[in-house]
Amino acid sequence: MTAPVIEVRDFRKTYGDLVAVDGISLDVRQGEIFGLLGPNGAGKTSTLESLEGLRSPDGGALRVAGIDPAREPRKLRNVIGVQLQSAGLPESITPDEAMKLFCAYHDVAPRFDLLERLGLNEKRNAQFFELSSGLQRRLALALAVAHNPQVLFLDEPTAGLDVASRVELHNLMRELQANGTTIILATHDMAEAEEMSDRVAILLGGKIVTIGTPMEITATGAGLTKVSVHTQGGSLINPELHFPAVSQQSVKDDYAIFFSTDIGPTVSAIIAHIEVQEDTLIDLRVERPSLEDRFLEVTTTGGAQ
Amino acid sequence: MNAFVNHFSFEFRTGIRNKQLQLLNYLFPLGFYLMMGFIMPEINTLFLESMIPAMVVFATLAATLLGLPDPLVNAREAGIFRNYKINGIPSSSILTIPALTTILHLVIVTVIITATAPLLFDARLPVNWPNYGLTFMAMAFACAGLGVLIGVISPSSRTAVLWSQLIFVPSMLLGGLMLPHSMLPDVAGKVSQLLPATQAMNAFNGLAMGKVADFDPVGSVIALFVSGVLAFVVAIYLFNWDSRNTTRHGHPLLALLVLLPYVIGLLFG
Repeated sequence: MTAPVIEVRDFRKTYGDLVAVDGISLDVRQGEIFGLLGPNGAGKTSTLESLEGLRSPDGGALRVAGIDPAREPRKLRNVIGVQLQSAGLPESITPDEAMKLFCAYHDVAPRFDLLERLGLNEKRNAQFFELSSGLQRRLALALAVAHNPQVLFLDEPTAGLDVASRVELHNLMRELQANGTTIILATHDMAEAEEMSDRVAILLGGKIVTIGTPMEITATGAGLTKVSVHTQGGSLINPELHFPAVSQQSVKDDYAIFFSTDIGPTVSAIIAHIEVQEDTLIDLRVERPSLEDRFLEVTTTGGAQ
Repeated sequence: MNAFVNHFSFEFRTGIRNKQLQLLNYLFPLGFYLMMGFIMPEINTLFLESMIPAMVVFATLAATLLGLPDPLVNAREAGIFRNYKINGIPSSSILTIPALTTILHLVIVTVIITATAPLLFDARLPVNWPNYGLTFMAMAFACAGLGVLIGVISPSSRTAVLWSQLIFVPSMLLGGLMLPHSMLPDVAGKVSQLLPATQAMNAFNGLAMGKVADFDPVGSVIALFVSGVLAFVVAIYLFNWDSRNTTRHGHPLLALLVLLPYVIGLLFG
């Protein structure tokens, strides 16, 4: 197992009487894409901003690539790249100028290839306010990765992007990951978090309520797995049937639909029933609960398991 | 150095490209200059004797007091400074580079006014060019510092406009641009010495235009320079990266320190 690039120990952040982050601890390993999820006010932004050196913790310890963000901001700036939720660029700056300016302050050569790759080539001399929100986000991403940071913070990176741009951005994230870049992904898009993240943490009320791989997190919930079965003879379309671990069942478009709490016994029993009835299986689909389902479950129950 | 040149180059282009800054750096002062050139000599022929410094002072007030604060407030509110901080752009660059590029725009406007006023309106030229340049630099430096400081201490654009107008309007009325300082009532004359415009007009008259100064013109140049230095130091000290940050370095009232050189000049001059 590789050493953690980001270490968070008992991190606490308060604003007056409001406790935004209440003693969280986590590690992120090198080359990992780590999803930070949570509803508004959960403590994501405070955590991200403290890791980025924009805020000082009120308790605990933070390390990013071995650097204390609050005490060594000069060292930190060349180690991290940040795509902020708001692009944070002057209205009149052009992508070319922004690339030159940011690279000059990082003391690296401008990466105009990134502008081309992210579809900004034709707008290189357009002013920032003339760019669509999608192009503005792409520019922010190009600037965040131009100095080849060890750790990349992405805050809602695909908000406002079309499908092709989103795919391109995900490809770029995977490429950066393959080159050893650690990525912290804060997003409200659960499908994106599930697809891209190696691990995710769900924050609620300033605490981590669950952490693990998307697979682990979705497997631990109380969510029901949906089994949809279509047979030639329709032997399963019978409300009197009872299969193990099935809590609900219904019929839609010739499919018998079962919601199971334990998928193994349920599917085995369904297959056995089809054989006994000398029916023919046409289609069988199993849909486990998504990260979104699990997220909603966790956030609506306040994290209670 | 490369970073400074890049930043300076971008900010300078912004001063022309951005419509609001283009208006305050060029269109407003040059338009006002032409208008005054056609109107004022009909009302007061003596105006032509101080037309060039008066219009240069006006251009400086417009570009610095009206042009500098708002972009700083807006950039802070839009999270631009947060992005700059993350990418290692120092607060000193954020505050000094727009001031320096504004001064460069003012140099261009000053050259246009100085070159055209004698031809178009028969305005009197400076008689001491080095002192003309020195006084211009002192005034531009002091006003740019003041503009930056207003941008730093103002929590919103509305407040920035209020502070700017609090200096701009009295400067226009009492600064010696339209009426000579000697014609002001005694109290108004004393109060006007707290304004950079008054100090600049006094220094221009006494050191560059071959006229008699109302008070020590060298003292005016020194007061402008010291006030400018104080303004930049206090602005960098009070600078806040982020409007969401609740911790401040110092109280905004520290900004009143920029008046100290003028107060000392008033008391001991």
